[in-house]
Amino acid sequence: MARSLLFPEFKIERDKERCIACQVCVRQCANDVHEGSDTEDTVVSQEEKCVGCQRCVNLCPTNALTVQTRKDGFRPNGNWEDRHLRGIYKQAETGGILLTGMGCDRLYPVYWDHLLLNASQVTNPSIDPLREPIELTTYLGKKEEKLDIHWEGDSPVVRTRLAPQLGLEVPVIFSAMSYGSISYNAFRSLAEAAREAGTFCNSGEGGLHPDFYPFGENIIVQVASGRFGVHRDYLRVAAAVEIKIGQGAKPGIGGHLPGEKVSKEISRTRKIPLESDAISPAPHHDIYSIEDLERLVFAIKEAINYEKPVAVKIAAVHNVAAIASGVVRAGADIVTIDGIRGGTGAAPQVIRDNVGIPIELALAQVDERLRLEGIRHHSSLLIAGGIRSSADVIKAIALGADAVYVGTAALVGLGCHLCQKCYTGKCNWGIATQDPVLTKRLNPNIGRRRLVNLLRAWAFEIKEMLGGMGVNAIESLRGNREHLRAVGLSREECSVLGVKAAGEGW
Amino acid sequence: MIILKCRGRHYKDVNHEVEMRWERGERDILLDEVNGHRYIGRALSGEGLIDVRGVPGDDLGMFADGVTVHIRGNAQDGVGNTMNAGTIIVEGDVRDIAGHSMRGGKILVQGNAGYRLGIHMKSFQDDYPVIIVGGNTGDFLGEYMAGGMIIVLNLQENGGASPVGNFTASGMHGGKIFIRGKVSQEQAGRGIGLSEPNEEESLEISSYLEEYQQKLDIHLPPLDLRSFTKLFPLTTRPYGCLYAY
Repeated sequence: MARSLLFPEFKIERDKERCIACQVCVRQCANDVHEGSDTEDTVVSQEEKCVGCQRCVNLCPTNALTVQTRKDGFRPNGNWEDRHLRGIYKQAETGGILLTGMGCDRLYPVYWDHLLLNASQVTNPSIDPLREPIELTTYLGKKEEKLDIHWEGDSPVVRTRLAPQLGLEVPVIFSAMSYGSISYNAFRSLAEAAREAGTFCNSGEGGLHPDFYPFGENIIVQVASGRFGVHRDYLRVAAAVEIKIGQGAKPGIGGHLPGEKVSKEISRTRKIPLESDAISPAPHHDIYSIEDLERLVFAIKEAINYEKPVAVKIAAVHNVAAIASGVVRAGADIVTIDGIRGGTGAAPQVIRDNVGIPIELALAQVDERLRLEGIRHHSSLLIAGGIRSSADVIKAIALGADAVYVGTAALVGLGCHLCQKCYTGKCNWGIATQDPVLTKRLNPNIGRRRLVNLLRAWAFEIKEMLGGMGVNAIESLRGNREHLRAVGLSREECSVLGVKAAGEGW
Repeated sequence: MIILKCRGRHYKDVNHEVEMRWERGERDILLDEVNGHRYIGRALSGEGLIDVRGVPGDDLGMFADGVTVHIRGNAQDGVGNTMNAGTIIVEGDVRDIAGHSMRGGKILVQGNAGYRLGIHMKSFQDDYPVIIVGGNTGDFLGEYMAGGMIIVLNLQENGGASPVGNFTASGMHGGKIFIRGKVSQEQAGRGIGLSEPNEEESLEISSYLEEYQQKLDIHLPPLDLRSFTKLFPLTTRPYGCLYAY
């Protein structure tokens, strides 16, 4: 094989004065970038293997290492960017599809960054969250048309039979990441954090390891086209069941966990043979229509005796509002919509970066469509795909979401540095890997604490912002787009978002 | 034996009552006047019999986990969808996607099957699903199959026409399919091997056919197992070389 035409993406600088040749970097790199010597006190690095995950930089005891993106790369060209050339070189070499991990990293507009929040001044008082209670509790599930309340003496009795609900103390859920795509310790961190913080994590489509059944009250289990590990107990142990139709990072296509990652424990969890490819077909082959979707929704409701909500997750695509309407009519208690910036453990790069639409636009359109059709209360809206901060959360809720999913943000909380190499199974941070040497690096107790901290911090910030608006319950903000104003957007974009331009009053 | 009349009742009501009785230990239930009721026998765990008189609706035996469901006529789409264990006996035909993602148990069909029979069946250790069809099947038989066994007996023979359709075993990466009658390499998906069953497999088929006859209470004509065509995947990693790095 001829030498690759690629040259290193990263430049590794080792400060000779500082390096003590302790070989921490050698041991930490699963990509074998650094090589020590038994006889000499030197460490050499092969930059072409580096993925820029910063693990060695972070752990170097003398701060001797820096890893930077190489600036002096291809000849600058406004049309042909580095990524095009790199892609072509790799494909000409292998004839294969380019794979990637995490969410779309292209420079499409991020509408959260064009939306600004309101605050109270003079005419209505703001609220100090440290002094007055501000309610973040959120219930996901179908809401009744009306309540039949009957008075027995002085106490009201609700006669209407309420639909099952998921109660969240903070409107943020850890999104679907399967045990398989992430490590046992990463999954354990998420499950324990969800329980401690009063929220939920999603099993993803890879079944549920027996060790996590005790966490069922805080787990949403997924039923995807591969039906891995889906059986009666799996459905019944969970707090809710989510049918996965699509994923924001790869709308319209299925997925598969490569055989290399199907270890003994993964094979036990997914109930498939050791080291065979775990294939999720693109469609569910029992769902070719909204009516078929209804059949699966009710099959699951039957299997769980209508005791828990059933969610349906779709990717944000061009006709998402009409599709969401169909999903609601198919009986989904929660509609999950995943935007183009949603993450993945592995997806073809061309799909991740080119298919789907930003979640902000999809959310605005779905919420509006469901309200116009008078069915918004039939389902809660859970959105996913690029929520990076508490500001994004609160803007999403003002735009019409009931709650949000975070995947990437949670992994970043656990140490992820967004190197986008999840699909290689060589995650140096112990997150997206099944290699026992690497998974050991993530301590689930520390992971849990970091995630609980993150949610606590976001909850404080959300309360501060709510208080500033003079709103004392997150429910009162939901879908209230008067609390949002747009900057730097076209009239069409404002109209799709249903938001006025900054400067326009009520 | 408990007899439940289903006429005029919603499936939700029928299935709920069946489960209540099942959990109480009433494990021999006859459902009479069934007419399009969905999800019969759904998610029932442990041994026992649901005897179905009439025409059941879609997803019969969905998530079944040990129950035996016996249908005295035809069944519709999704028989044994995502089932885990148990036996479904159909004296007539089944339609599309029977045995979808089935992980264990048996589906024994006296008549024909529709499209996508046994799609994405899988096996793990002792969980080994088996489907036997007496007649023929539609396209995409055993699509994405990852484990277990499908046997197509082609009893009517249909003047020598192939008993299976196009794209048979398309994307198959585990398990085995045995077909009596004509099947060509062109009908099978890419990466699928064709051969005849070996000694051990013939014994395995015989023992399943024994059970098939006994459960359906029929007698099969003598079948030359050596004339069956075995379809098997050439790789467990069909997508192993699809990607760059």
